[in-house]
Amino acid sequence: MSMLKSNYTRALDWKHGLVDMSYGSGGRAMAQLISDLFAAEFDNPYLAQGNDGALLPPAQGRLVMSCDSHVVSPLFFAGGDIGCLSVHGTINDVAMMGAQPLYLAASFILEEGFPLADLKRIVQSMAQAAKEAGVPIVTGDTKVVEQGKGDGVFITTTGIGVAREGITLSGDLAQPGDVILLSGAIGDHGMAVLSQREGLTFDAHIVSDTAALHGLVAAMLDSGAQLRVLRDPTRGGVATTLNEIAQQSGAGMVLQESAIVVNQPVAAACEFLGLDPLYVANEGKLLAVCAPLDAERLLATMRAHPQGRDASIIGEVIEDAHGFVQMVTRMGGRRVVDWLAGEQLPRIC
Amino acid sequence: MKYVDEFRNGELAKNIAAKIAHEALPDRAYRLMEFCGGHTHAISRYGLADLLPPSVRMIHGPGCPVCVLPIGRVDQAIRLAREHDVILCTYADTLRVPASDNLSLMRAKAAGADVRMIYSTQDALQLARDNPTRQVVFLAIGFETTTPPTAVAVQQARATGLKNFSILCNHVLTPAAMHAILAVEGGVSLDGFVGPAHVSTVIGSQPYEPFARDYGKPVVISGFEPLDVMQSILMLVRQINEGRAEVENEFTRAVTREGNRKAQAMVDEAFELRASFEWRGLGTVPYSALKLRPEFAEFDAETRFNVNYVSVPDNKACECAAILRGQKRPQECKIFGTVCTPSNPVGSCMVSSEGACAAHYSYGRFREEN
Amino acid sequence: MCLAIPARVEELVGADSAIVNLGGVRKEISLSLVDDVVVGDYVIVHVGYALQKLDQEEAEHTLAAFAELGAMNAEDPSL
Repeated sequence: MSMLKSNYTRALDWKHGLVDMSYGSGGRAMAQLISDLFAAEFDNPYLAQGNDGALLPPAQGRLVMSCDSHVVSPLFFAGGDIGCLSVHGTINDVAMMGAQPLYLAASFILEEGFPLADLKRIVQSMAQAAKEAGVPIVTGDTKVVEQGKGDGVFITTTGIGVAREGITLSGDLAQPGDVILLSGAIGDHGMAVLSQREGLTFDAHIVSDTAALHGLVAAMLDSGAQLRVLRDPTRGGVATTLNEIAQQSGAGMVLQESAIVVNQPVAAACEFLGLDPLYVANEGKLLAVCAPLDAERLLATMRAHPQGRDASIIGEVIEDAHGFVQMVTRMGGRRVVDWLAGEQLPRIC
Repeated sequence: MKYVDEFRNGELAKNIAAKIAHEALPDRAYRLMEFCGGHTHAISRYGLADLLPPSVRMIHGPGCPVCVLPIGRVDQAIRLAREHDVILCTYADTLRVPASDNLSLMRAKAAGADVRMIYSTQDALQLARDNPTRQVVFLAIGFETTTPPTAVAVQQARATGLKNFSILCNHVLTPAAMHAILAVEGGVSLDGFVGPAHVSTVIGSQPYEPFARDYGKPVVISGFEPLDVMQSILMLVRQINEGRAEVENEFTRAVTREGNRKAQAMVDEAFELRASFEWRGLGTVPYSALKLRPEFAEFDAETRFNVNYVSVPDNKACECAAILRGQKRPQECKIFGTVCTPSNPVGSCMVSSEGACAAHYSYGRFREEN
Repeated sequence: MCLAIPARVEELVGADSAIVNLGGVRKEISLSLVDDVVVGDYVIVHVGYALQKLDQEEAEHTLAAFAELGAMNAEDPSL
């Protein structure tokens, strides 16, 4: 009697196993990783086709595509992880174009020695985020690099969507008189990540705001308000995003500091480290520029949506060839909210 | 945030501003220097200049230790990191300061030098304990606020017999810098000083008394928050109007006349005065900086490693020397905003976000161009 | 190098450290530079060290002076 079972494959050791070079080499080990982890968790008919590319139905309208790489450290933080971050981030980039996100692709660069337990946790988080958003991950890729050549895992996601009929949103469309709105409190994601990074540890109840915003965007588009620009203030914060838009549009802006919401623990954490919340990353907020007559209606629509509860009008676009973003401080004086020269480092001075 | 938010009340700021406008005499100018870089930052960040009448002008002083750190000192730190394979620890502020050969500590890090950003000298000590086979050097900069934390670290290193820890000492002194500004040939056209907040917490209000007495300039020690600064400006305007030149303390909640005696004693135990020290922008100033006492010489990186200080002159077009003294404004420098910007700082005033030029560029240049 | 913030001492740790709280953010800092700190005190924190105790009475005086200034302005027709 044969003691061998035919086609017996040992299950991957999710508890103690580590990624090794064979998982990226295209052989059986990689195939098993794909089927036992990625395909099992992401689970949708397109991925189930089992080919290198996914065959998708015809698109009903203008296509929007976006791509983002995720290298956040630490990989796991309060409120999220690199997995759901990569799903939300790309969904949001597509949504900011006034499009409905339809499909995602995800590619992984894994470092040799990365724990399979962590990888599974990340993939499950991605699967959940994709499922909640209703946007499946339909294709992907995996590579492994030698130990020391990667920071655990890097994830790149690409998203495809269809732009809503008649809607064109672009950073160069802001006009003097337009109103600027912000969907909620700023700085939570950046400070949540910083508060866990080695060397800057402190106990603070700050949770990343990472979220998929396409539902909020759809509601905003449904309101009929005339939108010019939508953009999510990720790296570099609200300040950077507004400067980008000001520059693209060849206009200036004036903001009201008192209208910008910062949760107290975030403000306090920024005080401790000498950081300005305006430059801290957000992963679940958006900035909108709209025609002045529609501003109140748009605000009401945003506030009625769970992701826009703390939405506020924070300023307006003005005539200014230099494209300065100015702010009226809570003291009543004015300052410029300038571009950052490189990454914002904690200030001691 | 208690004791923070209350001092940022916009309504109260307006009240004080109204008072200043009311009391500033119409036929005279008030040229006030805020010595401390933190105050420069507060004024710029809150746009406080807009709340003052045109006759009251704030001139940014040299109280930014990153700005006055000579290029040659940064070169020393970079050489230590690159040639001596040390773990070079520094506060974040110095990472981007441009040094010689197109380098900075950040660029040296990118090229493989072990440069680490720390938040506290305790972190540096921990690094030394965690890496017993490596040498750890802490780049110690700062005025009297930041010197006591360095003193504590050096004391603890000695007490625990830590053999792989040393400091590159660049601690400087506020009264000496104020003296360098005031003791200019022909006098200086400054009417009063907004005195540093947290330096004064440590040294007390007493060290400023000679300035008020000998130069006839009023000094008001001011807290850090915008209301503190506004109130201090009001107090200075009053002194000037009344012909007084005294040291007043607005920051009573943290500053006493004697200061923090315990901190002063710890500094005194570990450090002594250097006979002279080169300041970027101010030139060589006597008795203006500190070095470790002979008993602590083993913790002095300058003696432990062979890294000499080589003076590097500033760009000829740079007007920092005049700007630091309040004699010129950033806009009057030929290279301001063009060759010299926060991304590519040429001189000391642009190097840190609190330098006069950087503050004006980042927060205030829209005023000229509009 | 002046950036320092006032924070409330929540817990003493060992011989010379404490956990302070500012607006809900907690951090461990050194008390090596100050004496006689108790829970409930406010301290000025700079680069991980308490530099001085905040005199809460003086803080209230200063704030009261600001508020009074507002009242004075309200009464003064020339302002």
